[in-house]
Amino acid sequence: MTEQYEFVLDFEKPIIELEHKIKELKGVTEREGMNLDKEIRSLELRLRKLQKETFLNLSPWRRVQLARHPDRPKTLTLANLIFDEFLLLHGDRFYADDGAMVAGLARLGKEPVIFIGNQKGKSIKENLYRNFGMAHPEGYRKAKRLMSLAEKFSRPIITFVDTPGAYPGIEAEERGQAEAIAANLEKMSWLKVPIIVVIIGEGGSGGALGIGIGNSILMLENAIFSVITPEGCAAILWKNQEKVEEAAKALKLTARNLLELKLIDGIIPEPRGGAHRDVEQTARNIKRVLLKELSRLKKLSPQSLARQRFKKYREMGSFKRG
Amino acid sequence: MKESEKRTEKKLGWFRETYKKIAESRKKIEVPDGLWTRCTNCSEIIYNKNLEENLRVCPKCGYHFHLRARKRIEITLDANSFVEHDFELSSDNPLDFPGYEEKISASKEITGLNEAAVTGEGKIGGRYIFLGITDFEFIGGSMGSVVGERITCLVEKALKEKVPLVLISGSGGGARMQEGVFSLMQMAKTSAAIAEFKRSGGLYVSLLTHPTMGGVMASFASRGDIILAEPGALLGFAGPRVIKQTIKQHIPQSFQRSESLLSHGMIDLVVNRKEMRPTLIKILNLLLPE
Repeated sequence: MTEQYEFVLDFEKPIIELEHKIKELKGVTEREGMNLDKEIRSLELRLRKLQKETFLNLSPWRRVQLARHPDRPKTLTLANLIFDEFLLLHGDRFYADDGAMVAGLARLGKEPVIFIGNQKGKSIKENLYRNFGMAHPEGYRKAKRLMSLAEKFSRPIITFVDTPGAYPGIEAEERGQAEAIAANLEKMSWLKVPIIVVIIGEGGSGGALGIGIGNSILMLENAIFSVITPEGCAAILWKNQEKVEEAAKALKLTARNLLELKLIDGIIPEPRGGAHRDVEQTARNIKRVLLKELSRLKKLSPQSLARQRFKKYREMGSFKRG
Repeated sequence: MKESEKRTEKKLGWFRETYKKIAESRKKIEVPDGLWTRCTNCSEIIYNKNLEENLRVCPKCGYHFHLRARKRIEITLDANSFVEHDFELSSDNPLDFPGYEEKISASKEITGLNEAAVTGEGKIGGRYIFLGITDFEFIGGSMGSVVGERITCLVEKALKEKVPLVLISGSGGGARMQEGVFSLMQMAKTSAAIAEFKRSGGLYVSLLTHPTMGGVMASFASRGDIILAEPGALLGFAGPRVIKQTIKQHIPQSFQRSESLLSHGMIDLVVNRKEMRPTLIKILNLLLPE
């Protein structure tokens, strides 16, 4: 097996080098019949220790880097592994089909669902079509159309969030980016079907929220959810782009931070080293949690689903009286 | 763009920057005694008393200056009819965000408000309404937990008492960075309340003032049954600077202004400040029973 990682983060380097070394030694053992078991075992021990040290307490900024990792599995990659049936649908019926937003009919286990997700590209070429996962208003309106379909046919909605944000461009503004997002926020507040949101990578502000309101908000372990990018925050606060690490910490954007603040409902573990190191395992982890959440939410009546969601958001906020 | 056009643009770009700097340095010249104000748009020197009498609109070019929340209430509602709600709510610092408390204290001092939103009830043309205002001078009018809670409470009371709702936004920042995802969730919370209010048959008029952007525009501000805007207000989702950085092109002055949103079908009317109160009264009278 020759695994090639196209992109390696600084803090991943020592681990990947060590893995290569172990693989090499194993190769030598096989080819030349030398017994290097002792050396291999000691290297493996070192590898495990290094992995533990690196990934047990990742800094918020390193999680941001993992969440944006070019090799991180994207929405459709995961959806294809998770859903037992899948049919993508297109278009907002007003203007265009937005490549940065995917939506369709799917089956999770035995359960038919409506699926919606932000879609980043895997390559520069694909990103020209996917617009780096930054949707225009037509993306949010396509999502809204599928939400209506879910309501009409009583299908649960599952959304995957992975976007730097809604696209900041002239045409997006002229076609009503703010209105498109706001309309979805309203719609998701009263829909009488279960909505499960999984933030799989970047949860970028209002653009993420536009498909991100649900009965259950889950985050992959290294995903982030933030009101502004650490870069933007550093520029505003310290007028200094190099303070991104501090900004990432101050914004409390990691899954663990947000669970502690009771702003999300659960964390889905990633394989050691991050989702990109074992995409199939990541998909299995997500699927297991989705099945559990769905069977829990399906027991609620349509009215109580809407009420539960409404109440959950009603209680969000932190302030004093007096 | 052709190569020659690019070259011209490059030269023009230099000229634009320099011109802007000169224009800005001229604007900075302080007018003594606080008796006069120089119009941001046409540079006309206006006697402050005249400016106030003209509801802070330039008598020469019609430029709409910022109007503070208290003054806005005064020119919108019937005299002395306003009763404030939820004044006792105040921000804490849920993320322990560096410098947030200091920022709040400074904003309190500048504006005389205790948060970016003022909400309450009052009468307009003899009719009872619930009114909420966000003030740009308080941390950009951004929506933290207190703003979200005040707006939501107001919408809920309007629903309960079956009274029309008017929200006047001047929220340049949208969501409030210092409150992180708490702030983002105020978009969801206010939107849910607005949705419930409208579905129950309530009338919601949204008035957009300079500037209303980001999370406020992408939640309650752009979902009025009727949406009005003051002339020349900057309205949109992404700020012009962010857009300029992203697309690396010059952005026309008219972009994201009230008049442009009107022509793109995003708002109902652009209304001069002087006409705003009569327009609101007219809308309420035409849509609602006597």
